[in-house]
Amino acid sequence: MLSRTEYVELDKKMAPKSKEWSTLVCAFLVGGFICCIGQAVSDVFKLCVPTASEKLTSQFTSTVMIFIGAFLTGIGIYDNIGKHAGAGSIIPITGFANSVVSPAMEFRSEGMVFGVMCKMFVIAGPIIVSGVTSSVGVGIVYWIIGLIK
Amino acid sequence: MNYGEQTIRFLNKPRVVSGYSIVGPKEAAGPLDPYFHKRIRKDDFGQKSFEKAECKLHMSAISGAIIEAGLTPKDIDVNIGGDLLNQIITSSFSARELDVPFIGMYSACSTFGQALIVGASLIDGGYVSYAACSTSSHFSTAERQYRYPLELGTQMTPTSQWTVTGSGCTLLGKTGGKVFVESATIGKVIDFGISDANNMGAAMAPAAAKTVSQHLKDTGRSADYYDYIVTGDLGIYGSKLFLKLLESEGINAAGVHKDCGQMIFDKKQRCPQGGSGAGCSSVVFNSYFMHHLKVGAIKKMLLVPTGALLSKVSSLQGETIPGIANAISFEREEDV
Repeated sequence: MLSRTEYVELDKKMAPKSKEWSTLVCAFLVGGFICCIGQAVSDVFKLCVPTASEKLTSQFTSTVMIFIGAFLTGIGIYDNIGKHAGAGSIIPITGFANSVVSPAMEFRSEGMVFGVMCKMFVIAGPIIVSGVTSSVGVGIVYWIIGLIK
Repeated sequence: MNYGEQTIRFLNKPRVVSGYSIVGPKEAAGPLDPYFHKRIRKDDFGQKSFEKAECKLHMSAISGAIIEAGLTPKDIDVNIGGDLLNQIITSSFSARELDVPFIGMYSACSTFGQALIVGASLIDGGYVSYAACSTSSHFSTAERQYRYPLELGTQMTPTSQWTVTGSGCTLLGKTGGKVFVESATIGKVIDFGISDANNMGAAMAPAAAKTVSQHLKDTGRSADYYDYIVTGDLGIYGSKLFLKLLESEGINAAGVHKDCGQMIFDKKQRCPQGGSGAGCSSVVFNSYFMHHLKVGAIKKMLLVPTGALLSKVSSLQGETIPGIANAISFEREEDV
């Protein structure tokens, strides 16, 4: 029989690969479409509330997009989008909402505290940790640049 | 062992009395639908949690096999059962309801093979009269234990397999029917260095190939002695590797090989390499193959349930995936 190394090589050679082009195109189109919806929400908000600041507009847009992501997850549609779109629906903020709501739904059978509350951040947790950590790093860099100036 | 290095020969021919299979809606939409005994309409089977649903599936399979044989639970000496969930809660919780002596089993997706070997040995030794060997798996419970929440928008990788929702039970007995368990080969745990938890076909193929080649060596048979050599859940890609590995040993099994994981779903059902899970080999064996054995269309077959012995902890710690496969030979007594 083949040796262990020969087998690992054989597996590398024979294993079916992802269809790169079709997945890239799907991710680009769906990701782009989600961003377009975000832009539309932002534009409509600016139109309705002309006095709103840039900061308020972006906050409002994020909130609406998070709601849409959470809602579509709740009614069982977002995972079907994700099956085709891949990173296209994971990267936008709607994907973040999906990663928080889906474990919360999944683990509700284990109770409110140890199910929903504990498991809510099993997937989003690392994103938050790395976000906070890297923002501290960037803050330090800004501070040093300020000192040099 | 009494029949070569790793093989047992059952001298008293333990009988396959009956078999029962119950599956979820996705499996019922597949090509084997006409052979299943019962199909459930919704994945939750009317229960509060998917774990409870799997437990109900398991119980239904056992009681189905008992009724099919015209017996009552009181006639069953032992239930040998297993599943994929931590601490095999499905099997033990269903045994709690059944009030039958219980032996819990675990060897991942090859649990069904292990259960059959233990059941056949108990009967062959004259210790019990009837043993119900059962396994189950459920897509929704396995997914959350091994992978991600159901509603998370992820993509399946090209080498991944879909966990079968279903349960199968084979009732073995001292007497009853023409089909009997002829021999069994207990497999070794084999690790060929595959570490991708989404490529379990490749992780299990070497174990399956080693067990089959050892079985043929121990018994002095060639692959075409059997009408079919049926692997558990190698999937499409794993089966290719399995046949290639056997070829390197000088065994050509391509003409007689079938894989339960490959058979249960068709390509349109979007399960990249087919089905997997502890329920996969048991529902396919107890439906399609049981039917063909009973009517005499298959006279000799070797069932080789395959298992990937990983856990979430072991794969996170970067361990490679060991595989196991047990082979059970079924034969049909010819009319005299």
